[in-house]
Formats: sequence, C-alpha cells, structure tokens
Amino acid sequence: MLLPVGNLSSLRLPFISGIASLFLTGAVTALALKSPSQTQQPAVASRAPFASSIPVGQGGTSVTLGSPPAAEAAQGGVNMVVLDPAHGGTDLGARGTGGIQESEITMEFAAEVRRALEQQGFQVVLTRQGNDNPSFDDRSAIANAQRGAVFITLHIASTGLPGTVRVYVNSDLPPVTSPNGFIPWDRAQAPYLGLSRKLGDLVQGMLMQRFKGSPDTAQTGTIRQLRTTAAPAIAVEVSSVVVNDRSDLDHMAPGVADAIARGVVAFKPFYVIPGTGGASP
Amino acid sequence: MTEPRMEPAKHPLNRPLRFWLITLLVFAVLGAAIFAPILGKRMKRAARLQQQSEEQARRELTQPIPVNPSDPRVKAKLFWLSDADNSVLAPVVVELPLSNDPVLRSKQVLNTLLAGPVDAELRTLPPDAVLLAFYLLPDGTGVADFSAALATSIPSGIASEQLAVDSMARTLEANVPQVKRLKILIHGQEVETLAGHVDLTGTFVVNADTGQTPANSAAAGAASKTSAFIAPPSPLTPDHRVVKLAQR
Ligand SMILES: [Zn+2]
Repeated sequence: MLLPVGNLSSLRLPFISGIASLFLTGAVTALALKSPSQTQQPAVASRAPFASSIPVGQGGTSVTLGSPPAAEAAQGGVNMVVLDPAHGGTDLGARGTGGIQESEITMEFAAEVRRALEQQGFQVVLTRQGNDNPSFDDRSAIANAQRGAVFITLHIASTGLPGTVRVYVNSDLPPVTSPNGFIPWDRAQAPYLGLSRKLGDLVQGMLMQRFKGSPDTAQTGTIRQLRTTAAPAIAVEVSSVVVNDRSDLDHMAPGVADAIARGVVAFKPFYVIPGTGGASP
Repeated sequence: MTEPRMEPAKHPLNRPLRFWLITLLVFAVLGAAIFAPILGKRMKRAARLQQQSEEQARRELTQPIPVNPSDPRVKAKLFWLSDADNSVLAPVVVELPLSNDPVLRSKQVLNTLLAGPVDAELRTLPPDAVLLAFYLLPDGTGVADFSAALATSIPSGIASEQLAVDSMARTLEANVPQVKRLKILIHGQEVETLAGHVDLTGTFVVNADTGQTPANSAAAGAASKTSAFIAPPSPLTPDHRVVKLAQR
C-alpha cells in the first residue's frame, strides 16, 4: 500500500493530468447532454398526417448514444416510456380531504403504471425518483433526449366525477416551421400533436372501458408540461382528490396502469420513426 | 271541605301527566335527531348565500363594475359549468346593460363571470378573485389582469384550470367581437401556469380573425371546445400570426 516517496512524485504528473482529463470529459458530456434542451431543433418541413411522415425528433438526439439504429426504429415502435409523476417537493398539486396530496399519489400511480408497462416489455424512465420537483423543462428533456420515447404525465384532479379518468393532449399550436427548418424549444410538441392525439384516444378508449363515466376520446388542453415535450405526449388525470377514502384512489391504480399499458401497446404500430435521412435539413 | 278532596286527587292525576310528558320528550328528541341535520344543511346554505352576497358586496365596493344606465340592455351569454360533475361549459343568457366600448364591455362581462351563476357549484372562477385591469391592444389582444386569488384559490388541476380559462375566452367571444385573443396576467405579471397545469405564457384564441366569417356561429359548438393557444413568440421563428405583447 505504501509507495516510496520518489515513486509518488513520479506519479504526480500523470495523476494530475488524469484528474484534469476526467473533469474535461465530464464537462463536455454535461454540455452535450444539455444541448438538446437548449438549442433550437430541426424539424421536417411539412405537417403531413401522422404515420406517413413523422416529425423527426431533434438534431440534438444524435448526442444520445443510446438511440437505436434507424433500421430498428423504422420497424416501429416505442422504445421508451417516460412517466412523469406530476408535482413534488413544495408543489403538492391538488389537495383533497383527509390530507390527500396529488404529488404523493402520482408517485404511487407511476410505480403501478411502470410495472404494467415493463410487463409489456417497455423500458420505463421516471422524471423524478423521490419527493423532488424538477422543472417542466427538465421533465420534458428526459423524453426529448430519446428517440422513440412517449411521454405520459400523471395527475390527480381536484374536480370531476370520482372514479373517472380523463386523457388530455395539447390543443393546436401554430405552425412551427421556419425557413431554416428549426422547431423552437418552447413549441417542441407542435409536430407531434397528431401522434399525441392518436396515443391519447387509444389510452382514453382503454380507460373508458374500465372506468364508467370517463370520456371516450382524449380532450384538448393547454398544458404547460406537454408544450415543451418533443415526443407523443399525453396527460392522464384521475378524478379526484375529493374522495371519501384514500383507498378509493388506490383501488383505481391497477386499472389505470393496465389501461395505459394497453393503450401504449396499441399505439406502437402507429409510431414509425423515420431513418436518419430526414433528421438533417 | 274542598281542600281535603283535592289532596287525594292530586296523585292519580299526576301519573298520566308524567306519562304524557315523557312521551312528548321522547318525540321531541326523536324529532330533533331527524330534523337537526336538515336544519344544519339549511343553515349552512343560508350562511353560504350570505357569504356569497358579502363577497359580491365587497367586490362591488372594491371593483365597481362600470354600469351606465344608458347602456343598452343586452342578452349577454356567459359560460359557466353545465353541471358540477360534467366538466363541460354551457352558455347562460343574462340580460345586462353592456357598454359599446370594448374595454368596458369586456370588464362588465368578466366581472359578471367572476360574480358567478346563481348556483355557486357551477362557477368556473374562484369567488375571491378580482379583475384588476383590462387592456385592449391595437392588434385585438385583450389583457386581463387578475388578483393573485385567481391562481391561489382555484382548485388545482388540468380540468378545473382549463375550464376557468375557457369560460373567459368563450364569454369574451360571445360578447366582445373586438377581442381576438386573451392574455391572462396575475397581479400584473406573466406567470408560467394558472395553478400548476394550464399554460399562461401564451395567448388564448378568442375570436378567430380570419376575416372570412364572423365567429358568432359557434354558440352551441363553443360549449365543448377548448381555447386554441398561441405560444409565446420565439426569436428564431418569425411568425406573423403570433402576438407580440408590448413588454414581457
Ligand atoms: Zn396535477
């Protein structure tokens, strides 16, 4: 264990340079990972109907080493589901009777949904692990850094008929393409709206079968979380924190999880990711 | 002579009296048990009504709705909930004196919307929220500045926040054709969301200004539709259809 002094001093230079290079690579990696969330991203020029021409994600995705090869992706499919247990930390979300907090219950639902999705073979990533509150942008960035991801944000409402579930997709955003073919970060959802609606309708259909009184198609809303998400993205809101007993909500979790998993499975063939050709303008 | 006769008579008379008294008492207790909750509910409702009228009175004091008696009385259409669970808006026709000036008229209808419908369960905006100011920019963007209570008192949630915004947009659409878009501020500031969900960084489409058709045709259809949204202008995408607010 003990090294002779002379030996140590001869090791000092390589040791210092090793540390320095570690720092450098760390900084470069951090910058590279951050860039998709802050740079403008190229888009396909046209807003063609979904499945015939799918909006290409982002130039920034090339940074993500985990992206599957185009050939594999082109066969379709969803490679990853990003689950967002909404709120957290000081943001408790909706608060109901008997100390029920939205931020807490969304975590429970997320665990259940994750289990159901993993059983169907999907890779699942959560936007938060504990009781923290990442920003809207940080949550979106997790999906935006992936090719073939879908994004699902989970909420518990403060209103609505208890025992029902509503799925939302973002309402229309104005056309996003500019002459140089860039999508602004703050409107990242725009090219995915058609796909989001398809996913939303499929999941809502599954939910309606289980939870009577739920709508049969997805609703539209101007949801902040969805706007910056460059992936098919939906919000699922369960009614409500105003229940007599918390167990009323707990009992809904497996059904919600199963319906979401079935909806994503049904969506898989519609999500065709084009090859690398379309990625660069 | 009468006195000794009365004495013995007292006891036999007393017994049935006590019986009836006890029976009466039992009935009274039973009656109270049955009617107390009903009474309680009535009193709660009365208290709520009184509270509402107090709020209304306070609002009238702090925020005088500019009413000009010479304004023509108009059948205004206000959008509140159709029923408490349904989460759908429905128009209610209210006869109001409305100014022809679009800014005053916007204030009048938004204040009426804030005051709420007869049935408080069907309101879309919190009763303690106050409209602090309303501006109309030359491009048709209405800027409504509300007190912090709009954000803090509204039940947090996608459904409840969306209905709040939609009720404003649909009510302006139905009554003030000059307002093309709506921007919502909280205490003079732009905020990211209303109460954690609905995006307030952009503007909401009120009257589509395509110039082809006036947007009045959609009375019934308007009830279920969601306000379209215009995201904030982006420096890299010059988009002429996007509203630029004076200062952000
Ligand atoms: Zn929520």
